[in-house]
Amino acid sequence: MAGLELLSDQGYRVDGRRAGELRKIQARMGVFAQADGSAYIEQGNTKALAVVYGPHEIRGSRARALPDRALVNCQYSSATFSTGERKRRRHGDRKSCEMGLQLRQTFEAAILTQLHPRSQIDIYVQVLQADGGTYAACVNAATLAVLDAGIPMRDFVCACSAGFVDGTALADLSHVEEAAGGPQLALALLPASGQIALLEMDARLHEDHLERVLEAAAQAARDVHTLLDRVVRQHVREASILLGD
Amino acid sequence: MAMEMRLPVARKPLSERLGRDTKKHLVVPGDTITTDTGFMRGHGTYMGEEKLIASVAGSVERVNKLICVKALKTRYIGEVGDIVVGRITERRRSAEDELAMRGFLQEGDLISAEVQAVFSDGAVSLHTRSLKYGKLGQGVLVQVSPSLVKRQKTHFHDLPCGASVILGNNGFIWIYPTPEHKEEEAGGFIANLEPVSLADREVISRLRNCIISLVTQRMMLYDTSILYCYEASLPHQIKDILKPEIMEEIVMETRQRLLEQEG
Repeated sequence: MAGLELLSDQGYRVDGRRAGELRKIQARMGVFAQADGSAYIEQGNTKALAVVYGPHEIRGSRARALPDRALVNCQYSSATFSTGERKRRRHGDRKSCEMGLQLRQTFEAAILTQLHPRSQIDIYVQVLQADGGTYAACVNAATLAVLDAGIPMRDFVCACSAGFVDGTALADLSHVEEAAGGPQLALALLPASGQIALLEMDARLHEDHLERVLEAAAQAARDVHTLLDRVVRQHVREASILLGD
Repeated sequence: MAMEMRLPVARKPLSERLGRDTKKHLVVPGDTITTDTGFMRGHGTYMGEEKLIASVAGSVERVNKLICVKALKTRYIGEVGDIVVGRITERRRSAEDELAMRGFLQEGDLISAEVQAVFSDGAVSLHTRSLKYGKLGQGVLVQVSPSLVKRQKTHFHDLPCGASVILGNNGFIWIYPTPEHKEEEAGGFIANLEPVSLADREVISRLRNCIISLVTQRMMLYDTSILYCYEASLPHQIKDILKPEIMEEIVMETRQRLLEQEG
């Protein structure tokens, strides 16, 4: 794209980061008292809020109940003020549905659903400000919210996006970098075992480069895990001190 | 009409103020608890390739050969013998059921009951086969996290301040005026609809606010902690108890008294 240099000769990106550097992440658990679990995350300028209810009885038709495991229901919603221009999105539009489905796939892989047969777990994610990497922020926020609710999970689910510019793989893309039109990949990882919960890309990338981009995304996801791990441990430690021994 | 406005202010985490650390072994999901396969696994853990891995974020509890992880906040998990307080949302519609129970319990009633059995999928079966259980009449319900209700020998308490409380293991707490005379043979199925005096109402409101402040400061709920909190709150007006600074002050005092009592 003329005029916009995504990666300078010295290796700096548009916002001054290095190729494999993440944006600043701040997260908090337990932001709502009324929900079973909730969390808020900021990845750079992307802000996402996640709320979890459950496990509880299946709402609506009992026929949907699975006899041996819990149903995971995810809903994604993007605030009208989240993008540069105010966009009023109808509930249930393509993007929301697709995101919801992707989140569901991701969390069905991580939550130990066999422990709660015939019940339902609801995960609602709301993006308050979208500056690239919205899927990753949603997954990270939802992981913290599920942990806050005490729902058993195999492992954390940490996600990050990655792109490819000038032969270099970039981690954690911002909106400017996403809009530039290059290939972008979203990866959700279970860090302890290295298993991939979800891998998504809809662009064209030569297969020779796939390995590198995948590795950049995986490393970034592991870095996200380090941060989220710290947040959770701090939260647990504080609550434990208050409860007393 | 007097109005009060508060502006947001950064608060220091309370654990710093307490100035102590925890000795518990804290884990997050994905952490290996032990590679020793001799242990039985309890709640909050799962077995993954020869090691025991945590599935919730919390503290590890070890009782002989059983290891489990107690999560900070969970939905209620039923155990036989627990007392629960709940609202009837749905009932079986069979003929004998209609004849027998319709007169006593309707949908929407609040009842106290005991857990009789727990099914493998987590569903519990309740009974009200003793006179102390049954329909609940006038009172106040407070919903808290089940992990904050301490397990005790009895969950029905008549507090000396003039009200009674039922601490349901499922986190539902019922505060009601102490009945003057013990219930007759009717048990708990006749609703007592006599008007409750203002003094009793004030005691109940104060207790409710105290319970909420204890829960906000993550303290375990049992008869002594509630009573001490009530006494610590007496110098303040009932509506002031929920203000953050006053809440902290009252709960600090409660903590002190509890420590002195144990130590």
